Amino acid sequence: MNGFFDIPSDLQHSWLGLVGLHLREALLPVLAGLVVSLPLAQLCVRFRWLYPPVLWVTTVLYAIPSLAFFVLLIDYTGQTELTVMIPLTVYSLVVLVPAIVDGVRSVPQETLAAATAMGFGPVRRYLQVQLPIAVPAIIAGLRVATVSSISLVSVGTLIGNQGALGNLLNDANIYNRPELAVNAVLSMAALAILADGLLVGLRLLLTPWMPRRTRTKPKAGRPDPAVLALEDAAR
Amino acid sequence: MNLLHFINAFFSDSAHWHGYDGIPTRVGEHIEYTLEALALAAAIGLPVGLITGHTGRGGNALSLIATAGRALPTFGLLVLMTLLLGFGLVNVMIPLVILAVPPILVTTYEAMRSVDPSPVDAARGMGMSEAGVLFQVELPAALPLILSGLRSGAIQIVSTATIAAYVSLGGLGRYIVDGLYQRNYEKVVGGATLVAGLALVTLAVFWALTRFAVSAGVRRSG
Repeated sequence: MNGFFDIPSDLQHSWLGLVGLHLREALLPVLAGLVVSLPLAQLCVRFRWLYPPVLWVTTVLYAIPSLAFFVLLIDYTGQTELTVMIPLTVYSLVVLVPAIVDGVRSVPQETLAAATAMGFGPVRRYLQVQLPIAVPAIIAGLRVATVSSISLVSVGTLIGNQGALGNLLNDANIYNRPELAVNAVLSMAALAILADGLLVGLRLLLTPWMPRRTRTKPKAGRPDPAVLALEDAAR
Repeated sequence: MNLLHFINAFFSDSAHWHGYDGIPTRVGEHIEYTLEALALAAAIGLPVGLITGHTGRGGNALSLIATAGRALPTFGLLVLMTLLLGFGLVNVMIPLVILAVPPILVTTYEAMRSVDPSPVDAARGMGMSEAGVLFQVELPAALPLILSGLRSGAIQIVSTATIAAYVSLGGLGRYIVDGLYQRNYEKVVGGATLVAGLALVTLAVFWALTRFAVSAGVRRSG
């Protein structure tokens, strides 16, 4: 009974159950982050002066360590999943907002003018022209946010076993079963790589007009801003 | 107000200000771990990033390494290392370095690639050696971005070094982990405040470093 997938009963989940829990705790915040950052980014594009302060606030919030953030929230939301998911949502903003802003801004002026000339209103222009063109940048942001979210959920084990697969780490410690920790690390890495791959697939699906496989590098001047904003965020 | 009350209680207790478990000791330990891990990560990430960025080769391999590094859960690695190798500073340094190398490496590479090619060509045309081009032309121009990569690496180390307390190391995480076990909420909140403060100080240090180290010409055009 000490096999790789034999999960101690105190966790009250099978391995698959833990995987499901982990995905929920990791992906819902990214989704929530996307829902928040889409309008926020649009505001930043519309009112340029808003962008620097928004960037500044998200960076400062991002600097708050996850464990500290969890602990400060316990007072309000208790030792629950929500306590883990709120900080993850906040962290995802630091990646997603710049990614979306840069993506939407990268839409050429002629394209916008053409859409307007064709009689597109602002809403329709946003949904049917700007967003689709920004998809690669948005997906690039989602990839980093998702991968780091999957990794960060495990810290939740420190606030009363709210870490899904991360709880295995605690059990590995208290029951002295290192194979559980191996299981946790490999499972989380596999989930992260899988999610990353699925997002790449989603991008190919959503942007059939993009050339496949070749990543065009910006020649000079500004680097790909999305890439850099993203590097800021992997934690 | 509850939170502020706890913070106030923690910091006004004079017992927290000296001795083995005192705030100065713990802050010192935390900074020590951070600097060590950051130095190691920079020693790996910077040269590789500079050279690959200079030659322009290996970008795909780098992004692969970065994805792999990110996919590995740091906290999991930390616990696993301790379980397999026993207790020690080295076992904590490995995950922290793995955590910080990808941002430093990839940002350095991207920064070098994004340097305007015309001054680089001009330098080469004037007969500058490759090393001269790298250190006197490309590096100063790429410095702001390279520093931002180091900054995100440092921030990540500061926050993750907190978790090192779980595997019995010192640092500010001690307050949080011990406080949680002792149900001493005051201690937990105090520790969390200190870590958040330290992270903000790190941001400020890098901001100052950028002001100080980046040449005025680059700052203006950037």
